[in-house]
Amino acid sequence: MTDVVRLTDGAVAIDGRPVLRGINLSVASGDFLALMGPNGSGKSTLVKALTGLLPLTLGSLELFGTDMDHFDAWSRIGYVPQRPGAASGVPASVWEVVAAGRLGQRRLFRPLTRADRLAIDEALEIVGLAHRARDGISRLSGGQQQRVLIARALAGEPELLLLDEPTAGVDLTNQRALAATLGTLKQRGSTIVLVAHELGPLAPLVSRAVVLRDGRVVRDGEPLADHGVPHAHHDQWEDADGDGGHAVRLSGPLEGRTQ
Amino acid sequence: MNPIDLLSLPFMQRALIAAVFIGLAAPAVGTYLVQRRLALMGDGIGHVAVTGVALGLLTGTSPTWTAVVVAVLGAVAIEVIRERGATNGDVALALLFYGGLAGGVFITGLAGTGAASLQGYLFGSITTIDAADVIVTMVLAAIVLVTCVGLAPQLFAVAQDQDFARVAGLSVRFYNVLIAVLAAVSVTVAMRTVGLLLVSALMVVPVATAQQLTRSFRGTLTSAMVLGMIASLGGLLLAASAPAGTNVAPGPTIVLLALAGFVVTWPIGAWLRRRQRLTAPFPADPGDSPLDHVDTAEHPHVHGPDCGHIAVRHGDHVDYVHDGHRHAPHDEHYDEH
Repeated sequence: MTDVVRLTDGAVAIDGRPVLRGINLSVASGDFLALMGPNGSGKSTLVKALTGLLPLTLGSLELFGTDMDHFDAWSRIGYVPQRPGAASGVPASVWEVVAAGRLGQRRLFRPLTRADRLAIDEALEIVGLAHRARDGISRLSGGQQQRVLIARALAGEPELLLLDEPTAGVDLTNQRALAATLGTLKQRGSTIVLVAHELGPLAPLVSRAVVLRDGRVVRDGEPLADHGVPHAHHDQWEDADGDGGHAVRLSGPLEGRTQ
Repeated sequence: MNPIDLLSLPFMQRALIAAVFIGLAAPAVGTYLVQRRLALMGDGIGHVAVTGVALGLLTGTSPTWTAVVVAVLGAVAIEVIRERGATNGDVALALLFYGGLAGGVFITGLAGTGAASLQGYLFGSITTIDAADVIVTMVLAAIVLVTCVGLAPQLFAVAQDQDFARVAGLSVRFYNVLIAVLAAVSVTVAMRTVGLLLVSALMVVPVATAQQLTRSFRGTLTSAMVLGMIASLGGLLLAASAPAGTNVAPGPTIVLLALAGFVVTWPIGAWLRRRQRLTAPFPADPGDSPLDHVDTAEHPHVHGPDCGHIAVRHGDHVDYVHDGHRHAPHDEHYDEH
């Protein structure tokens, strides 16, 4: 079976400055992978490279077994960018933003089909915002807006979901709602790659953690849950040695329980 | 002359047809420009199009077509400068705008036709367009309308979130250039009605008016088109029914009418937004244990649906807001929430 993502010896430069070097990353179908690391370690850059938004300067990237240069099955990928800061100049409803997630399935100049509408409604249902569908997106809180962006990606019914810092600046209640959503997707067999600073309530879902430091992968493996250690809720990646000698700590086992 | 007689005049009928099409098409493109925070792009294209008109006057070809060509080139240039994201992109745009205007006036001088012939394009002369012009206006405006409405999902997504649109497989550059070209076409189509210097108003003002009252993109797009059509038809009829002896130009009348619509709508929008903010539900306390229970002091007033205080939903009950307090009914008394 082919890997969903296979990045071989990948390097990415931004404005001529090398950011990521020598990245080898394979993601198998059904993986729930967390990209972790301190600020500036290249987590978001790596996700952008995996979506093709940033070109590789070296190495090769295959998605679903197809080389990136020839890849066109965009509807198999769902991308959740970091929450945009500036609002757009014209109001948009939650429903309209989520409906944009169906673009991969729609043909030009055609109205939404029944299947499109069902997928949009279901995506809103999964993130728990069906009752806000008609509201303007700018009226929602930051955490809710993040969930709308996830619903937009879900509406496209992707097999691979890439999320860039979905928990950044989101309160615990919304993080739990997010964990519940991603848990549902994981059960359905989706492959999920997310960038996170701290896992928080997501910890029980993560099957694999890749730690970046200064643009290189320093650790790749099962997340280590630590039982019985007090004050286990802070992830001290900054202290992790590059040689993997330190046990990288994720989170307490009870943290992710929803309600 | 009474209005009915007026409508039977062929030049007036042509003007009305043009006004309907332009009134619909200009705000349709304008909605996407406002969404991208490029409200002044129409203005910039208008300036560049002046050179196009002048080239037409100089070479003796139809100024409409030379204006379309030059405006499209200018719009694509603006889009390229924008995409390159040069730090002083706005300065580069300013150079293009003033170059267009100065070049236009300069070339008109060379053509020897004087400023008078340019004036009709700068400020509009809807009542002088001939049958061929009307057909060109209808066709171009129809193309703009079909594209703006038919490709609305794609254009909306690209303007809303470029990265997402790219990962959804859309060619972001194609849609950006498409909007620029549509804007250029609407500018040149509308130049006969309201003039190149005022065309941006017809693209932007109805959108600004519409979004005072709308919450969705589709709602904004539709109502902006309706408002634009009302303004351009109404302005034309107002100007035409002005008393004999006065000289009321249709172009400025249309723009002033559109602005009047905004002036009337803005206070309503401001009131609605304030009201919405005041009555937005208070978030339910996510804590596991209830907060301390605080009774209000002796409360002489009975809160109810019509008590005059703002009622705000708070979790599973209603808080009444007055004088900086939130009072929630509890048994025979009120709690401070």
